[in-house]
Amino acid sequence: MSSTTYDYLDGNAAAGELSRIFVTDVTAAEGQCAHCGAIKRFAEVHLYMQGPGIVARCAVCENVLLRLAKVGQRVFLDMRGMTYLKLDTSHSLKSSA
Amino acid sequence: MWRVGTVVALHDETDMARTLTLEVPDWPGHVAGQHVDVRLTASDGYSAVRSYSIASAPNPKARVEITVERLANGEVSPYLTQDVAIGDQLELRGPIGGWFVWRPQQTEPIQLIAGGSGIVPLMAMIRSRSSAGGTAPFRLLYSVREPRAVFYGVELQALSNHDSPLKVTYAYTRATPKDWPRPPGRVDAALIANATWPSNLGPRCYVCGPTSFVEAVAGLLAGVGNSPDKIRTERFGPTGDPK
Repeated sequence: MSSTTYDYLDGNAAAGELSRIFVTDVTAAEGQCAHCGAIKRFAEVHLYMQGPGIVARCAVCENVLLRLAKVGQRVFLDMRGMTYLKLDTSHSLKSSA
Repeated sequence: MWRVGTVVALHDETDMARTLTLEVPDWPGHVAGQHVDVRLTASDGYSAVRSYSIASAPNPKARVEITVERLANGEVSPYLTQDVAIGDQLELRGPIGGWFVWRPQQTEPIQLIAGGSGIVPLMAMIRSRSSAGGTAPFRLLYSVREPRAVFYGVELQALSNHDSPLKVTYAYTRATPKDWPRPPGRVDAALIANATWPSNLGPRCYVCGPTSFVEAVAGLLAGVGNSPDKIRTERFGPTGDPK
């Protein structure tokens, strides 16, 4: 095991903040990277939270998939790094148990 | 949506970690592996949000347990591990997450691998299996600094006694119990080969810990033939902290 210091978490850590926007769970949602074409669950993204917003990058090629920035009561959401995000609407967060 | 939970019990797991039991009247229920966000707000309006894995199994009592490890320069964890008292109220958002979860309907062999406090969501899975009477065979490989840093040790021992379908292997990284066969060290390929399910059984693997731990272990699991789509991971911060 190396002693490399990693500066990212994963998509699980963004799920609380994204639950303010999406009514279904995003961590299990499948998305495609617009750069390399990799198809992964959102839980698998590399998540950078040290800045003023949240940046999710592709775990394969590190392309920026999603950016979220909060300015007062407004949220800016940029998802152009994904060609799609497939959300399961069969159970909302409210009934996930 | 933020809910208010009342602290109804406190229990020290180690010198540095405390379990808080919260009663949340409108709790919608959770699945093992999910987490909650906790928001603390100061009198001047400043607020801080942190994510904590749920330690308790799903239960009908609207109770949620979280185990919090105190971080030396933490903003929230010193309060939660030292200052919170029974009867205090905390704001919670959740349950959160539908990917890093285990449900009692799953019957395949389960391999859990924890690094330090990464044990918390995996303990929820073990407790969920136990309380639901699930039949899936479980193995836990628990990497921990030293014996006194182990969370839930007594309970894990009780659950893994005799011919239990739960088998627990400890990997101590700094100090071991007396006469422990393996010298202190990180999880390596030999330990993965000896202590985890053979990949030909098709186990579902759940790995939780700091990012460096998760990256290394996921690589080792893939290296012995586990398919990447059978490996689910959850990384926790703080990020980029000086060692």
